[in-house]
Amino acid sequence: MKLQLGFINIKDVCLSDKTMVENGILHVNSDEVISHIMQDEDVKACIKEAYFDIARPGEKVRITPVKDVIEPRVKVEGSGGQFPGVISKVDAVGSGRTHVLKGMAVVTVGPIVGFQEGIIDMWGTGAEYTEFSKLINLVLVCRPAEDIPPHEYERALRIAGLRTAAFLGECGREVQPDEVREYETFGIKQGMEKFPHLPRVGYVHMLQSQGLLHDTYVYGVDAKQTLSTIIMPTETMDGAIISGNCVSACDKNTTYHHQNNPVVAELFEEHGKSLNYVCNIITNENVYLADKVRSSDWTAKLCRLLDLDGVIISQEGFGNPDADLIMNTRKIEQQGIKTVIITDEYAGNDGRSQSLADSDPLADAVITGGNANQVITLPPMERVIGTLDYVDRIAGGHAGSLAEDGSIEAEIQVITGATNEMGFGYLSAR
Amino acid sequence: MSYRVVHYINQFFANIGGEDMAHVPPELREGAVGPGMALQQAWNGGAEIVSTIVCGDSYFAEHEREAREQILAWVKDAKPDIFIAGPAFNAGRYGYACANIALSVQDELNIPVLTGMYEENPGADMRDKILIVSTSNSAAGMRKAAPAMAALAFKLMNGEEIGPSVVEGYMPNGIRKNFFEKERGAKRAVRMLISKLNGKPFVTEFPMPSFDRVTPNPAVKDMSRATIALCTSGGIVPRDNPDRIEASSASRYGEYSIAGVDSLTKGAYETAHGGYDPVYANENPNRVLPVDVLRELEREGRIGKLYDVFYSTVGNGTSVAASRAYAEEYAKKLKDANVDGVIMTST
Amino acid sequence: MVKEIERAGIPVVHMCTVTPISVTVGANRIVPTVAIPYPLGDPSLSAEEEYTLRRRLVQNALDALSTEVEEQRVFERQG
Repeated sequence: MKLQLGFINIKDVCLSDKTMVENGILHVNSDEVISHIMQDEDVKACIKEAYFDIARPGEKVRITPVKDVIEPRVKVEGSGGQFPGVISKVDAVGSGRTHVLKGMAVVTVGPIVGFQEGIIDMWGTGAEYTEFSKLINLVLVCRPAEDIPPHEYERALRIAGLRTAAFLGECGREVQPDEVREYETFGIKQGMEKFPHLPRVGYVHMLQSQGLLHDTYVYGVDAKQTLSTIIMPTETMDGAIISGNCVSACDKNTTYHHQNNPVVAELFEEHGKSLNYVCNIITNENVYLADKVRSSDWTAKLCRLLDLDGVIISQEGFGNPDADLIMNTRKIEQQGIKTVIITDEYAGNDGRSQSLADSDPLADAVITGGNANQVITLPPMERVIGTLDYVDRIAGGHAGSLAEDGSIEAEIQVITGATNEMGFGYLSAR
Repeated sequence: MSYRVVHYINQFFANIGGEDMAHVPPELREGAVGPGMALQQAWNGGAEIVSTIVCGDSYFAEHEREAREQILAWVKDAKPDIFIAGPAFNAGRYGYACANIALSVQDELNIPVLTGMYEENPGADMRDKILIVSTSNSAAGMRKAAPAMAALAFKLMNGEEIGPSVVEGYMPNGIRKNFFEKERGAKRAVRMLISKLNGKPFVTEFPMPSFDRVTPNPAVKDMSRATIALCTSGGIVPRDNPDRIEASSASRYGEYSIAGVDSLTKGAYETAHGGYDPVYANENPNRVLPVDVLRELEREGRIGKLYDVFYSTVGNGTSVAASRAYAEEYAKKLKDANVDGVIMTST
Repeated sequence: MVKEIERAGIPVVHMCTVTPISVTVGANRIVPTVAIPYPLGDPSLSAEEEYTLRRRLVQNALDALSTEVEEQRVFERQG
């Protein structure tokens, strides 16, 4: 399966009377985009008000509560559309050509339930902890209609973000990309013939699947209703997996993380050089023990069937998913397949506590995204996009988090992507 | 003004002699001796070794109590800003002495301490208690060890925050510290996998912990006369979370009376936990804390009594150490209240 | 937390869904429950059935508390 990504570098985003990309600048006609979002009946029913705002790197702006981050793209050649099974019909993606509006993202913001979502700071200490501070963020702020159940509002906000990204991505259809890159993995036999001496490597991609604000969708299927299965890396890169989760924000994968999965990218870097990148295996993190056992059994069986020599396992979340991570690792190692796992830690404010809920000596190669309990002070900003009403209640915030001057004392848990377990960021701990 | 340092070395590094002179008792010398020169040079006037304590390795091992008393007295008099021992490299008894005397100075005199040695030195077993700079296994490594120890020592004297072990060069001491790596996590993961596949050495960023065990208590003998208490890490709290227990990384636990409460009804109780979908627990809090069933069993005489107070914490993202502290506190209360058995529920 | 209660000298039963974590961490008496968001319930059942389920689980926990154990034990559901 071969996918070409054409990167169109976006130098700035501005609100305008037209929606188009011109000379690297994305013009957004708010009314046009919002009326497009509202064409979805469910979105229209759940969202009372929606508007756009823009936050650029280095601006003294705080975005909160962040639900999702999405990269606008358009399918130029090949089957499938944007986010198949969710906002376009189900059709396999991952081949052909896709254009990407690079350097920017659509960020959805809106209150959902009691405890809330993440923070993205564009400047100051907080900005260092999120890679999203480096992007030009077009923020879609949504207010829920009255008396909407949280499940429905969450869905509406999710769809609104995806529809916005797809609509804007369309502007890149006819634009000549600044750079085109090609990604290709091979069939099992073909790959072995092509790289007979290279170790066969797979990527076990664990998907959060624990209910409201903790779900992930694969071609529109709720991951908690799936068995572990194989997916091609280029499908992942092409919008097959989307995020429905954001609590605690530091180690939840946004849709942007899936589109730009760093493990996929780094494995492609070595593909054909030091390893043969075979495929991805997606597996869930359910709330039933039987599911955890079944899914990890299945994952290990697939690794064996594919004759893999090594795998990278990325986790999403913490706590009971640590049990999924450890089961996967142990069972795969017991097949004689070497593992490296990516996780993060909850070692307490002082770093002295146990970092993981579960452990096994077979998990001897660990990459960590850092201690999510580290406390930092986020300085006051000139502007807040969204609302600070929920900061005390965001997972990782505490009563008194928000000071009068607008500064926030909180654990880095509150920052979207701070300890990402795909290894998206640079934070670590020892 | 420069900081004051007391340095501890053995007979070999003081040029007294080798194994044949290992019996010499502690001796106090003014100024820097031997490896102390290298440390002092690195500080460039910012700190000064006011005295050096020399002690034979065998003497310390065989007369530990006397040696310790004498050395502590000298250190106390000198009022240093830091006490440095070694580096001991792979010398076993020297490493043992460095680690133990440093621990005594730290704990009894409340003075910052630092030592250095090879990771397999028996003294390195104390890495969780004192800061130990990791060195090579022979004195040939002094050229690298001295500047590393001097730099870390200066930070300690200066009251600066100490960075993570891998950056500062000390042995991992169980205290996890964040820092930014040069490569992103995914790249480090791929690189580690390639090493592992090729049988090349790699260092895990997080060694797997081992958990301690507690001996089980004897069973409840007569359930029909027993007082049973309920506890939960599922964050069940009265309406509107009166103690404002955090959704994650909770800084407190809740203690709530259920005297006269027959069942945890929707609206009267809810969950403060941020790690799972709260809809089901809020709909019927007995799904997390089964007060309704226990009240019925109490009426039927299956249990003697349901204890009238329950304890609630949020397990989500709350550190094990914090959870342990909360539980220690309320376990004592339960014991004092003559509770016979506890049901702990987790989400 | 279970261990702190055990240390204080009170027998304790841990009712949880992810029993492997409980085993790793070191609880001695462990009773498996239904699911993480509703350990002692099941929203797909009628109120009556759900109550019966909960009662059975609690009874299992009381049985565990009444059983002498030498080492860690998971009290799997009967029947």
